[in-house]
Amino acid sequence: MAIAYDIPTEQPKPEQDANASVVAVEDLHKSFGSRKVLDGISLSVNRGETLAVLGRSGTGKSVLLRLIIGLETPDSGSVRIHGQDIVGLALDRLGEIRKKMGFLFQHAALYDSLTVAENVAFPLTHHRKNLSKSEREDCVKQLLTEVGMENDLGKMPSDISGGMQKRVGLARALALEPEILLLDEPTAGLDPISSGDFDQLILKLQRERQMASIVVTHDLHSARTIANRLALLDGGHVLAEGKYEDLQQSDIPFVNEFLKQQ
Amino acid sequence: MSSSQFTSVAGIAPAIPPGRTTLSIDPETSSTGLVGGFFEWFGSLGVFFWRVLCAAVTPPYEWRELIRQLDEVGSKSFPLVALAGAAIGVVISLEARYSLSRFGAKSMFPATLVYSVIQVMGPIITGLVVSGRVGAGIGAELASMKVTEQIDAIEASAINPYRLLAATRILACILMMPLLTLAADACGLLTGWFAQHLVEPLSFHQFIENGFHGATFDAFLPPTFKTAVYGLIIGLIACFQGMRTRGGAEGVGRAATNSVVLGSLFLILADVVLVKFILVFFP
Repeated sequence: MAIAYDIPTEQPKPEQDANASVVAVEDLHKSFGSRKVLDGISLSVNRGETLAVLGRSGTGKSVLLRLIIGLETPDSGSVRIHGQDIVGLALDRLGEIRKKMGFLFQHAALYDSLTVAENVAFPLTHHRKNLSKSEREDCVKQLLTEVGMENDLGKMPSDISGGMQKRVGLARALALEPEILLLDEPTAGLDPISSGDFDQLILKLQRERQMASIVVTHDLHSARTIANRLALLDGGHVLAEGKYEDLQQSDIPFVNEFLKQQ
Repeated sequence: MSSSQFTSVAGIAPAIPPGRTTLSIDPETSSTGLVGGFFEWFGSLGVFFWRVLCAAVTPPYEWRELIRQLDEVGSKSFPLVALAGAAIGVVISLEARYSLSRFGAKSMFPATLVYSVIQVMGPIITGLVVSGRVGAGIGAELASMKVTEQIDAIEASAINPYRLLAATRILACILMMPLLTLAADACGLLTGWFAQHLVEPLSFHQFIENGFHGATFDAFLPPTFKTAVYGLIIGLIACFQGMRTRGGAEGVGRAATNSVVLGSLFLILADVVLVKFILVFFP
């Protein structure tokens, strides 16, 4: 059965306070050897807002997410989470900030020696020690129900499909009730129907939880579905940023070419 | 070790800024040459060891994971170690009996077997067997986690991967090695006695009495406890190789191989130093 998902005319409304940037990246530079990946990127995301970062493969989109959560260190620039610059932060302090963030990896990065339920419980086991075993189990069931995986608690990651792994990865990312959600190519490798389902799931969660979200994707349709704003990266720079309608008015040739190809 | 082999083993030195934990390494920033690679590797290993040590002594402690690793390293290595010890016992028994007979010193057989097994062969054979089994297992497991971003996921969940993954495994190796060595020694003495008993009947009681006649704890405890250092070497190198892997399946294979090769090599080299240390401090 074909399911058509219309691009909603109204995404969840973000906070309007101009000073409410939850995530603010300023003049980020990152090179790997002689290869410059990010060349002065500046972006910000408010609470309740979803920013989609688009671009060709290899333009540093995933590197940007890794810089925001601190898995990479920039050559220069700052990454501010609730105003706190995390660059050069001590590990313990960085850990406290990471507890407010959820990260969905491109291939879900589930722990392959743990079951689906154990994967989702993993952050709770380490950071919510006050929860009893039954409370933790209830929390896990609730999270997996939210993503439609409530019947697969005992399965191993190798027993479920890629799309299902991403759902479990999303549930794990939401376990600590993060204020910031980072999604790395959430619909990559999914068929169009599964991709549409996943987009609707993200929209639903965004409406309910009002997180500041950054989604890295090269899927323009998905970006238009779930994001309030789009940012197009190329050559290490943000070429254009704004709503899809604004990008359509851009006079930058690459932007027009990118939107046309989709 | 050839230059190219050492370069592939040495890898690249990471520039790890303060507060960072991942060991992502950029080949384009590596020093070139064998000497540079040699020092970079040791430098990286030193940084890794320091971070593991800092993580191991600061709470929260990963007791559950430690217990799991004690089982993985200890009880699951026991059959293999016992078998290796038993085989060594038979080999030493056969060789010693032949050599001692030639020099008219058959009465020295029990002591020869006891001292050979407990002071020399038991520890080194246990170390090499555990390096092969545990070192390869840890190296491959952590390498596989690295290339599938599971270690990044642990770190992104605000959990210290040095504490959860490396410190628990290294500590398990340190704690289990002396116990495994005792098991290998016991099996070696038992089979060595039995091999002798088949040729020339000798009661086990007499064998133990003659073998340990005049022996003190100083003769046997240091060689057994030096295997804790072997455990440190095996665990440290395997975790280091695993957590710095890159390159997909090929990288995983390389990490497993390097864990065994380097673990075994440094274990033997450490034995040279430790034997001298024991002879000086426990004459």
